[in-house]
Amino acid sequence: MNPTVALAIVIAIKAGILIFVVVTAFAYLMLFERKVLAWFQLRVGPIWCGPWGLLQPAADAVKLVLKEDLTPVTADPFIYKIAPALAVLTALMAYAVIPFGTFPDGTPISIANPNVGILYLLAMGAIGVYGIALGGWASQSKWPLLGAIRSTAQLISYELAMGLSIVGVLILAGTTDLHGIVSAQSAHHVWFAIPQIIGFLIYIITATAETNRAPFDLPEAETELVAGFHTEYSSLRFGTFFVAEYVNMITVSAIATLLFLGGGDGPFVSVVPYLSILWFLVKVAALLFGFIWLRATLPRLRYDRLMAFGWKVLLPVAVVNLLITAAFVALRGQGS
Amino acid sequence: MINPFTSAWGIVIGLATTLKYLFRKKSTIDYPREPYPHPERFRGVHELRKYDDGMERCIGCELCAVACPANAITVIGAENDPAKPVSPGERYGYRYEIDMLRCIFCGWCEEACPTDAIVLTPRFDIADYTRQRLVFGKDKLVVRDPYTQHLANTESAVETDPGVAPATSPSGNAP
Repeated sequence: MNPTVALAIVIAIKAGILIFVVVTAFAYLMLFERKVLAWFQLRVGPIWCGPWGLLQPAADAVKLVLKEDLTPVTADPFIYKIAPALAVLTALMAYAVIPFGTFPDGTPISIANPNVGILYLLAMGAIGVYGIALGGWASQSKWPLLGAIRSTAQLISYELAMGLSIVGVLILAGTTDLHGIVSAQSAHHVWFAIPQIIGFLIYIITATAETNRAPFDLPEAETELVAGFHTEYSSLRFGTFFVAEYVNMITVSAIATLLFLGGGDGPFVSVVPYLSILWFLVKVAALLFGFIWLRATLPRLRYDRLMAFGWKVLLPVAVVNLLITAAFVALRGQGS
Repeated sequence: MINPFTSAWGIVIGLATTLKYLFRKKSTIDYPREPYPHPERFRGVHELRKYDDGMERCIGCELCAVACPANAITVIGAENDPAKPVSPGERYGYRYEIDMLRCIFCGWCEEACPTDAIVLTPRFDIADYTRQRLVFGKDKLVVRDPYTQHLANTESAVETDPGVAPATSPSGNAP
């Protein structure tokens, strides 16, 4: 067989497995969120579908599939239908470069390992907003439109600060290769969350905003906009937006783990290299719990304050943090 | 100017508060699988009680129907057949119906009853699909299970004010 074709088949199989794993992870993240949120509110959450409600995601999926798929008569049918696909496609594509751990020979466990992995992830995150913006616009309805505008404005404002907080890590690691960043952290025996504590906090705040999570969930603020950009969507198309949103949540947690929390670094990894997958997943789960915890605690911001916070607080702080990091690295006289 | 450290500290306090609630006992009652706790004197669905010897307490006097503010009770009394009496008195409740959709569960029937026959129990889950089935007749109201009946008699003996004697007794004579 032609080696190129063989490679393509191997990558396609890997991608298929990964998509299955990520979508399953999404389903259980949703259950996890409902459960944890319920516990925070002194409720018990879903308990009727299977033991401890473990079959709830399946029940939700069946219910969603059986719903009628509506398209508003005034909507632009092509863009209306392509928007959710765009959202979920970019969300899933991000996983192509994420190293989930390390093989015993030191190579990363990922589908592809480009040397500009972090730029690819940022690009996917930025393209993802097209799904939301187009979906909201094509619905031809006021609430989706407002939600989409808010989402776009929010993403542009917070992506700047997010990029700057990531650059601090890149300067310290001296590479844009995701696996290289992880290796740099284990080589220095320090997670970048410690020297880059400000960058880490900025990243967490902006990541919450980018994934439209409370307290920055203005694009889908129920009290103001019904459901925001996906108000008109139903059935599987709504479900697709839902998948994209939660997959994005996992993505930003994975990026935070790779950049700031040492990726698969952890106790006993040098003895059993495959433990790195476990540590990676534990860290991602801890960050996801953090997002739910924030949602259970903080009220939604007012929109103008959200914008003011992004431009007048986060951006200057991120710039100062970046300058200090750059000065530190320059004075030390080496790039890594 | 807002002090950023004060604001951030506020968020930390908020997060600590919610974390405390995460480990608290949940207030959910797993209702159909777990009984719903009532106050002791909760007034729910009625039952018509019997004496320990199996005689019905109801003597068909219709005082409950008169007392009922919602006109939910219909009683038709009849003379007891001396050879085969249903209740110890001269008369018994030939038909006894309570429209559960009209009933306001005020408990006045219970208070009016001279023989402690009609009693409100803590049972409340009587939802049904037709109005017809929610008009409870003697088939649903009269207690049949002897064990429950015995308990009921013991309880009502405790609950009954000793100063007020019932109008009949199992012997058929007013005490």
